[in-house]
Amino acid sequence: MSDSAVTRYILICSGKGGVGKTTLTANLGIALAKQGMRTAVLDADFGLRNLDLLLGLENRIVYTAQEVLTGNCRLEQALVKHKQEPNLALLPAGNPRMLEWLKPDDMQKIAAMLGESFDIVLIDCPAGIEDGFKNAVAAAKEAIVITTPEVSAVRDADRVIGLLNTHGVKPIQLVLNRVRPKMMANQEMLAVDDVTDILALPLLGLVLEDEQVIVSTNRGEPLTLNGSNSPAAQAYSNVARRICGEDVPLIDPAKARKGLRAKLGHLMQTKIF
Amino acid sequence: MTLRDFVNKLLGRQPASAATAKERLQLVLAHDRSDLNPELLEQMRREILEVVSRYVEIDLEEGDVSLETEDRVTALVANLPIKRAKAKATEQERSEEETPVWTAVQG
Repeated sequence: MSDSAVTRYILICSGKGGVGKTTLTANLGIALAKQGMRTAVLDADFGLRNLDLLLGLENRIVYTAQEVLTGNCRLEQALVKHKQEPNLALLPAGNPRMLEWLKPDDMQKIAAMLGESFDIVLIDCPAGIEDGFKNAVAAAKEAIVITTPEVSAVRDADRVIGLLNTHGVKPIQLVLNRVRPKMMANQEMLAVDDVTDILALPLLGLVLEDEQVIVSTNRGEPLTLNGSNSPAAQAYSNVARRICGEDVPLIDPAKARKGLRAKLGHLMQTKIF
Repeated sequence: MTLRDFVNKLLGRQPASAATAKERLQLVLAHDRSDLNPELLEQMRREILEVVSRYVEIDLEEGDVSLETEDRVTALVANLPIKRAKAKATEQERSEEETPVWTAVQG
């Protein structure tokens, strides 16, 4: 049994939908479990739950957070343990009708229960900044904001960061997802520094656009599960190591490209006046 | 200007879009971040007028406190026409001169 005071509660949020919250939660969950952390992933997206699907656990759900809260089952009965990574357990989101009565207090209750047997709790936040977000943030102490280098995603991330600050969530760190080195080199995509400057957050991770992410979600096997060495898999593992306090250098998108075109692109960035 | 910008200009192409994205974002965020709802702004306006009218007599009808965004800086601008100073209120000083009292700038 661990002391709930030292359990880390990390909210994974973005504001905008579809930027990679759930994929990051699933991959981080596996990667942290692999490092020996007793990890719980809490699906706080009650309206549109998907974390079970990305983890390949959708067929093993018996009870959900709903039955835990209404006292119809014990927490242990609702938790779905990952077969390959027994350090990882999912607490599935309940029925969307739960949203009618769910309050921030309820999420705090769940968080406290999870704190009794886990070192780290990752909370997969719903998109948006309404009640779903407010419920999820109530269970969190720190946050990872994930965004892509696109104006709409960065703007929404900024709104979320403002709300996290008012809720006293600290520290807040940034993961920049779906980076395309070639577009960045051509200055047709916001640079990494542009995004970190605008949002004024420390960069926890940088994930390159990677088709393998789609392949892995098709299978319900997060990239970090089977030691894939695809760029996104490495990025997710590195984020997990940084969360555990390891000093892992960030990749440089400019160096992710090789060959003559990359060299030419680099030359084109020379300041002439 | 980078070599790429120069080549783009020579070929009559649009400049690379990342700089445009950054500029647009900074502008829209300046606005988003200072997002005071009208109710709060009105409350602030009333309180500012109250403080200022302790020292000078101001035209409450003409007074204006608003947010303006310019050059990526959001400014709270107050324009408060002074009827007369309270301490030395004499008949001949009752001019209807409009004077902006102060401007506060927020980063």
